[in-house]
Amino acid sequence: MLVNQFLFLGAALFAIGVYGVLARRNGVAVLMSIELILNSVNINFLAFNAMHNQGNASHADGAVFALFVITVAAAEVGVGLALILMLYRTRRSIDVDKVDALKG
Amino acid sequence: MHPMLLAASDAAAGSAPAWTVTLMQWAFLIPLIMTGTFLFHLLLSKKLMKVAGEKAVAAIGIIAITVCFFMSLGIGYGWIARTNAPPAHDTPEYVAAEAACFGPSNAEREGAHGAAAAGEHGTEAPAAEGTTDHGGETPSPTPAAEPAGASEHGAGSGSMELAGGTVLLSGDEPAAGAAAGGAAVEEHHSVPPVCTSVTWFEIGSHTFEAGTIVDGLSMMMLITVTLISMLVHWYSTAYLKGDVRFVHYYAFLSLFSAAMLFYVLSNNTLQMLTGWELVGVCSFGLIGHWWEEKKNTDAALKAFLTNRVGDVGLILGVVVLFFGAGGSSFNVFHINEYASSSGANTSLLFLGSLLLFFGVTSKSGQFPLHTWLPDAMAGPTPVSALIHAATMVVAGVYLVARMYPTFYVGMNIGNGGNWAPVGNYVAIIGAITALVGASLAFVQHDLKKVLAYSTVSQLGFMVMALGVGAWTAAIFHLFTHAMFKACLFLGAGSVSHACHHTFDMREMGGLEKYMPITKRTFMLCTWALAGVPIMSGFWSKDEILAGAQQGQNGKPYYGILAMGLVVGGMTASYMTRAYHLTFKGEYRGHAHPHESPKVMTAPLVILTFLAFIAVFFNIPKYFTDFLGASVTEKVAVRFEHFVEPTWVFVEGIDHPKFNLIVAGVSLLFAVAGWQIMKRYLTVGIARGATAKPGAARFGYRLLENKYYLDKIYEQGVRDGIRGPMARASYWFNMHVLDGIVNAFGIGARKFGDLTYKYVDQKGIDGAINGTGAVSNEGGQFLRTLFGTGKVQQYGAWLFGGAVVFAGMIVVFVK
Repeated sequence: MLVNQFLFLGAALFAIGVYGVLARRNGVAVLMSIELILNSVNINFLAFNAMHNQGNASHADGAVFALFVITVAAAEVGVGLALILMLYRTRRSIDVDKVDALKG
Repeated sequence: MHPMLLAASDAAAGSAPAWTVTLMQWAFLIPLIMTGTFLFHLLLSKKLMKVAGEKAVAAIGIIAITVCFFMSLGIGYGWIARTNAPPAHDTPEYVAAEAACFGPSNAEREGAHGAAAAGEHGTEAPAAEGTTDHGGETPSPTPAAEPAGASEHGAGSGSMELAGGTVLLSGDEPAAGAAAGGAAVEEHHSVPPVCTSVTWFEIGSHTFEAGTIVDGLSMMMLITVTLISMLVHWYSTAYLKGDVRFVHYYAFLSLFSAAMLFYVLSNNTLQMLTGWELVGVCSFGLIGHWWEEKKNTDAALKAFLTNRVGDVGLILGVVVLFFGAGGSSFNVFHINEYASSSGANTSLLFLGSLLLFFGVTSKSGQFPLHTWLPDAMAGPTPVSALIHAATMVVAGVYLVARMYPTFYVGMNIGNGGNWAPVGNYVAIIGAITALVGASLAFVQHDLKKVLAYSTVSQLGFMVMALGVGAWTAAIFHLFTHAMFKACLFLGAGSVSHACHHTFDMREMGGLEKYMPITKRTFMLCTWALAGVPIMSGFWSKDEILAGAQQGQNGKPYYGILAMGLVVGGMTASYMTRAYHLTFKGEYRGHAHPHESPKVMTAPLVILTFLAFIAVFFNIPKYFTDFLGASVTEKVAVRFEHFVEPTWVFVEGIDHPKFNLIVAGVSLLFAVAGWQIMKRYLTVGIARGATAKPGAARFGYRLLENKYYLDKIYEQGVRDGIRGPMARASYWFNMHVLDGIVNAFGIGARKFGDLTYKYVDQKGIDGAINGTGAVSNEGGQFLRTLFGTGKVQQYGAWLFGGAVVFAGMIVVFVK
């Protein structure tokens, strides 16, 4: 099996995700981009799992790891959305550029 | 159980019914049920109390303990059947039972013995290991006869033979050790206990197990504890009616039963230690049940702290024996087998058993740590009956009985003791305790305290019996004492219930008119305690005295015997006093005495009946010999036959034979004690002697002050530490320690000044300030560059850094 196509897909998703995280101003869009990054990692896990255990369904370490990532991602979204919600309540805006209270 | 004891021996030989074997293997359910009840009380009973009242709360406890009691009876029945038809030596059943009881140390044990005794058996060690894993993994509900691993091990009867051989302790001749290794297996009739275990924890390659043993001893204790606990549960519904902490009381009662049953079922010393401490906690909680009064909390604390003193010894003893027996297992059979083996280190065993005995000293109220037990009477009376007379305080006696081969060798019981001809530590402490307790019972005005000191005295008797090698006598006395002493305590509770909750005998008298049932049961149990031959107490006491008179291996303990006889007389005397002051004469109090409700008198009647019927449990052979050997076989010494271990026990232990002279003299002493006290109370001989100066007055003062032991502990130990010791250490602290510290301080300050001026200010500070200034400037510069406060810029730097690192890895690593 050729694993490259999956890795390319993962890399592309990762790059899109990084772009979104760094460039988007909308807080929700930033969170969605983080999801993209995490899912690109999942694709890598599944791809390598399939590569290393060809035809052997009983070895599913990578798949299990991906499940963990999905779980953690869900938790992370919960926290992230709560942050953005609070941000909106206090500032009436979810533009992450305007959040610079840590400015030195 | 009791008709069964007799009936079952008549039953035709046949293996134990399958259901009883299952019950024996699931014995751990009994403490578990009581733990569940405790948790229920803890979580739900407060609400239940509001909804359904006291009766519902009590009913939960009563149902649980009654179930446990019937399970115990079933186990008793099963054990009797098993003793009548034990598994034969070379059957898989026997091998499996043995493997289960030795736990994980079994494999190495068989391996080691195999190598030492006979080469060809060494090859079987791996097979034995397989069996161990099987027997020890989970408490399997299938009867021991057919665990899967055992049948495949059926061929390995050789290794079993070895194990049977090595457990024997054949006297003291060195030649006997060799004999034990080879022969002596076939003729030795032994009944292996039913054991189950689970892995508790693992350290390195050692596996430690928690499990249960069901054998004669634990079967007897199960029945005794559940029976008395059940009666106390009933009795308390009336005695504690309307109490402020009714739920708390029943919760503790359940926890206590759970802990005690857990303790008697334990198969290793570590687990026993856990149960031991748990019953101590329950005792603490129940003594301080009415904690609004300071004296009750003081008593609870005293009990707890005194027990801690002994527990230090117990823990050390457990550790010493663990390492002494190879450092691989806490299993009691493992330790006992080591103690019985010919290569055992006797001085180490002496140390181990002595340390264990310190624990016994505190828990079983032995001299000089008995002082907590009379104070423990501050708790509710049913608790005194259950915990401080019948069950918990015999935990120490049980410990010695369970670890008996260890004590037997460590204390050199078989040869007249370490300090022959006087005896050994166990026997001497037991006899002194018996004497001290009995003498102190004379001067108490509190009915419960008389009984408490009597308990101390009787516990001394049991320990003394173990000390002279009369194992069965001690355990039989434990059983009979539990019955009649529980009855006496509950009787005292009934009396106090009638007289406005006082226990002061000066405010009683003449109660026989008002409380006929209480009076009769109290009188019969007083007879049992004092040693009237129709009650069981006489027979168990007599067996102990006969044991002291005959000793082991023809080495009698005459000193102990003399003390025992005197204590017997004193017991009759002080109990006569207590009985007379309570029930005879005219009523001296101000209440309106009345008989207690049926729920309180019924337990009294049951216990009295048992205290009487127990006469037939252990009839000496002396009385059945004329009926012929076949009858004797079936009715004589049943208690000895069913309760005394035959497996990993002291081989060839001598059983005392009934001796008419000892029995007669002991009866004479009892009658003398009774008559003297009766004359003193009714006719008034020697009355007022204690008021005049002289020996009698001195003795009275001595007893009234409890041999000044409490004073010694309080003023000597406690105030000694608080007063002079504290002052001395303060002085030492101020002058010696502080001087040193101050000198160091001054020196250090001088040195510090110099360092400060030259090294610190000029050298180090220069460098530090320089660094600081550079960092500061650098930081200011970087702040404007990086510290924008924009998250995405931070993220961009992060990803950029990651890319740079990734690039470096690609470039340099590849």
